[in-house]
Amino acid sequence: MSSANQSLPIDISSLSKAYGAVKALDDVSLNIAAGEFLTLLGPSGSGKTTLLMALAGFVRPDGGSIRFGDREMIATPPHKRGLGMVFQSYALFPFMTVAENVAYPLKIRGVSKSDQKTRAERALDTVQLGGYGDRRITQMSGGQRQRVALARAMVFEPQIILMDEPLSALDKKLREHMQIELKALHQKLDATVVYVTHDQREALTMSDRIAVVNHGRIEQVETPERLYRQPHSFFVADFVGESMSAPVKVANDRAHLGESVLKSDLPIAQGSGGHRLVIRPELLEVTSGAVPETANDLSGRVNDIIYQGDSVLVIVQNDNAGEINVRVPANRAGQTGLPSKGEQIGLALHPEDTIIVPEHVS
Amino acid sequence: MSVAELNGAAQTLQNASTLKSEERRESLTFLGLSMPAVLAILIVVFLPIFWLSSLSFYNAAGELSMENYARIFESALYRRTFVVTFQITIAVTVICVLLGYPLCYWLTKVPDRTAAILMVFVLVPFWTSVLVRTYAWLVLLQRNGVINSSLMKLGVIQEPLQLAHNLTGSIIGMVHIMLPFLVLPLYATMRGVDTDLVRAAVGLGSSPRGAFWRVFFPMSLPGLFAGIVLVFILSLGFFVTPALLGGGKVQMLAQRIESTITVYSNWGAASALGVVLLLLALAMIWLMNRVFGLDKLFMR
Repeated sequence: MSSANQSLPIDISSLSKAYGAVKALDDVSLNIAAGEFLTLLGPSGSGKTTLLMALAGFVRPDGGSIRFGDREMIATPPHKRGLGMVFQSYALFPFMTVAENVAYPLKIRGVSKSDQKTRAERALDTVQLGGYGDRRITQMSGGQRQRVALARAMVFEPQIILMDEPLSALDKKLREHMQIELKALHQKLDATVVYVTHDQREALTMSDRIAVVNHGRIEQVETPERLYRQPHSFFVADFVGESMSAPVKVANDRAHLGESVLKSDLPIAQGSGGHRLVIRPELLEVTSGAVPETANDLSGRVNDIIYQGDSVLVIVQNDNAGEINVRVPANRAGQTGLPSKGEQIGLALHPEDTIIVPEHVS
Repeated sequence: MSVAELNGAAQTLQNASTLKSEERRESLTFLGLSMPAVLAILIVVFLPIFWLSSLSFYNAAGELSMENYARIFESALYRRTFVVTFQITIAVTVICVLLGYPLCYWLTKVPDRTAAILMVFVLVPFWTSVLVRTYAWLVLLQRNGVINSSLMKLGVIQEPLQLAHNLTGSIIGMVHIMLPFLVLPLYATMRGVDTDLVRAAVGLGSSPRGAFWRVFFPMSLPGLFAGIVLVFILSLGFFVTPALLGGGKVQMLAQRIESTITVYSNWGAASALGVVLLLLALAMIWLMNRVFGLDKLFMR
């Protein structure tokens, strides 16, 4: 879709909002680049939706600044912010047809009837709903409604589109399909997208960058890969991806697990509340013989073996780290043969995968 | 076929018939449970209506005739009654909408607790006897009642206003009694409107006023319609309040029916009026359904 408008960057600084004693937004600062797909990821009650609603203008912050491009928006009413919005409930108008829903933002902008029609049709084509314009909302399935909401949010070519958990009502298969589709759509549109979700996998799949939100603060902003591989805090490590953890002692930039010194290529972030070693099940290597000198040794006795279709989960008891889950791809497990219960196996955690994080960011 | 297989097949057949008879028994139970209500309505509602309506087709001499209906259309007195009935009914409905709609809208905007308390103020009068409330209005509205004497003491007016014993008094009293019938269905519908819809409209560029008229108002129409139908039809046949607050000067249909029986003892004529009232009420429902296009609104 061609557009005369250029997408806009968003600059949020020192934004705060309290509900009584609860700080929903605690001095939040975040810069979102023009055309970026940024996801606000966090558990429910973390403040991610409050942040999105503050961007939309539905929540009035206590203080701070929100700038779209070089325009200060903090006091601008929502209808003058020129945003495209997609809601969790889709919020389609039930008494209008699909085409009327999509044309709504054009209608209130005084676009001519014939222009409304062609642009609504084009938007529906973009979301692969060409020819559905005359249907009623009640005749559309969940996935189709989602696309209508999307078409309505982008039909007037907004420079910024906000999305509040738009896929959470869909079933798993459709959701995964729509993630890929949305990502592809974003590349076609010239718009900055701010996306809210509590699903870490969804965030990893779609985003250019992810901002992890916790207790009204942004814990870390990173590209998906770096966020996954180099979390700054235990919260981020635990929330993003599957992991186990064990407490470690850090002294002179070196981490100790029990008696042994951990070898790690990754920097150890500063923080409070002690440090933890984060172990991701798929990053562990089952060694046939002894664990090589270059890797950390997490060997132990096999407690249980669980078949999960695409992979096999081996649960190992390690003297220092406790119970560790190891994920072995099902095909490799078939080739090499699985260990049996009670057997002692070698587990290697390589230095580039050895993640040590503080309990809390300082 | 082995013996075991034969036994299995016989079991399957038997199961099918058992399941079928269970299903039949269940539907019979439901039918039986609904019978008392069905019979009660037949005996208490339909039979009397049928019998009373049939009276309208007999003249004073007990012969079959359309005399009673002919009189309704010929007599100026009856025509006047119909005009007054519709005037009052339309006025009451319009005033109820003008008062009730903003009230309901405001109730959806205040916190839930406040709304619950405010609803009590709507409901308590609703639970109080119509007679009590009508006399209360009489006390307030009459020539030397609370309103007139206060206004005169304040020097706002010199002469007492004619508030009771006329059309004004009837309308004031009826609006008060009818308002809950508009508020209850309308408020329920408004509360059911997804707030995200209005947010979406505003988020996509509608001014708050535009979002209200383009999104919220259409979504509230089913409740408004239900309220209007209730108020309109109840007002059409209303008796107590216009009889007391009208002071005998306001004659609505129900009063005319009453006087036809108690004063003139003419059951045929009264019955004909009753039938016309019933048909008018049904016609109004049909007409409003056509105008508002309910089937379209209720389809979600």
